Amino acid sequence: MDDIKILDTVERYIRGEMTPDERLYFEQLRKTNPEVDQLVVEHTLFLQQMNRFSEWKKFKHALHDTHTDLSEQGKINSDRLRGKAKVVYLWRRYKRVTAIAASIAGITTIAITSLVWSVAPKPDNQKLQNLSREIAKVKIEQSRQKNDVNKLKDQIVSNQSTPQFIPKSEGTGFLIDTKGLMITNAHVVKNSRNIRVVNTKGQQFDAFVVRLDMNKDVAIIKIDDDHFKSFSSLPYSIRKASSDIAEPVFTLGYPREEIVYGEGYLSAPTGYNGDTLSCQISIAANPGNSGGPVFNHNGEVIGILSAKETETEGAVFAVQSKYIYQVLDELKKSPLYKNVKMPLKSGLSGLDKTQQVKKIQDFVFMVKGD
Amino acid sequence: MKDESNEKVLLQGLARSDKKAIETIYAENYNMIQSLIINNSGSADDAKDIFQETMIVLYEKVRSGTFELNCLIRTYVYSVSRRLWLKRLQQMSRYAPSLENLQDTVPVDEEIEENERINNEFQAMDKAISSLGEPCKSLLEAYYLEKKNMQEIALSFGYTNADNAKNQKYKCLMRLKKIFFAQYKNGNGNG
Repeated sequence: MDDIKILDTVERYIRGEMTPDERLYFEQLRKTNPEVDQLVVEHTLFLQQMNRFSEWKKFKHALHDTHTDLSEQGKINSDRLRGKAKVVYLWRRYKRVTAIAASIAGITTIAITSLVWSVAPKPDNQKLQNLSREIAKVKIEQSRQKNDVNKLKDQIVSNQSTPQFIPKSEGTGFLIDTKGLMITNAHVVKNSRNIRVVNTKGQQFDAFVVRLDMNKDVAIIKIDDDHFKSFSSLPYSIRKASSDIAEPVFTLGYPREEIVYGEGYLSAPTGYNGDTLSCQISIAANPGNSGGPVFNHNGEVIGILSAKETETEGAVFAVQSKYIYQVLDELKKSPLYKNVKMPLKSGLSGLDKTQQVKKIQDFVFMVKGD
Repeated sequence: MKDESNEKVLLQGLARSDKKAIETIYAENYNMIQSLIINNSGSADDAKDIFQETMIVLYEKVRSGTFELNCLIRTYVYSVSRRLWLKRLQQMSRYAPSLENLQDTVPVDEEIEENERINNEFQAMDKAISSLGEPCKSLLEAYYLEKKNMQEIALSFGYTNADNAKNQKYKCLMRLKKIFFAQYKNGNGNG
């Protein structure tokens, strides 16, 4: 209550509402009591600001009223512009929008056209143990259209964008040599007659399986397409030794039509039910991530993302990278591939994540099989 | 064109927020600014915003007492609006066209900086008062902005007596001052 009285007095003092006697007494108090003095200074500043604020607000209000009045009286051009001025105004204002709308319309047309032929619904098969996107509906459709497709097979081979390529399995793959040799999961491509890989830029290339190891769930495919240009080198290497628990890892994959980055850590050295082929990783993965590379912080591939436990969220299994070498060694027995060279050293260590991903993403492909 | 003394009278009127003066300046200059804005990818609403902000710049300027207008009001208004609109276009990160100079301009950068500072200050104040909620907001506005006395306030807010209203006002004021001085110190600290 006292504080209220003091403040009241201070306000009266600042406004000059005091009687001369009162004023004298108060000024005396100000001199002897620094707290009161401080309050006066502070409050003066505050009241000044409040007054200016009040005037500012009133002036704004006045401007607003003036605007309304004047436009009603027709002394200024009102908001409602008429005739030619309006057309000019609308054109000036919306020309950019119009341009954008036109290009959107164009893009939409292209998108719808491509949708019609690809008929690639996003699968929601969370229960799938394998992370490949098997699309049941399309499967049925596929068998129905089998005859048609067979008829048009020639076209499929000759023309990349023929509508008859209907992917029923989708996953991710990554290059292991500069000439188009690529690793993915065996379950992604096992039943496919045609395989197509798509890079981050959306370019499609035909590919075929050169080695399938169902036990290890590793497949080696090779890009066989005139449009594919070999790279000069790979930015990452593939780790031969096992990795340590708790190592931070990241992955790139195609759970949707675009490349998606995921981050996690190595949570167990073995896979599902003690499977020594694989390791357990805690990461967010979805159907479509199958076959995707798992990198450690140095940019070395330590595994191939392959499956997830349906009961446990975040438990994902990856084939350990050393088995890539085993599968590859078997492949090298064939004379065609005996000279395959794998990158020995990762050129990514020491870079930050965004830089690493930027360098890696061109080497990670979406794998589609029909 | 208006002669010099006429313009002086107008500005003096503006400093007193005289309705007639505001209206005259408004009516004489608004259309020019509107066509400036509309011809440079703005709307009529943008024009209104920019013009009113310009008026506030002019208002603050004439009230500061140190203002010597050595050009026509028209030139000054045009310069300020043009600068403000360029700034707005940049903020919207639209492609900022080089606004063609239809009129003479005078340098107004200082005023615009000052205006921005004042604007920020008052917007912060506005926000602070709003953040207090009711009844504090109305109570403080009635007392400090509309300058009503405590008896009137007690009556219109339904307090049984002026002391109760004072009591409530005091609590609200303490909250506002706390916010205000925190901002004030911040503002000063930032230079």
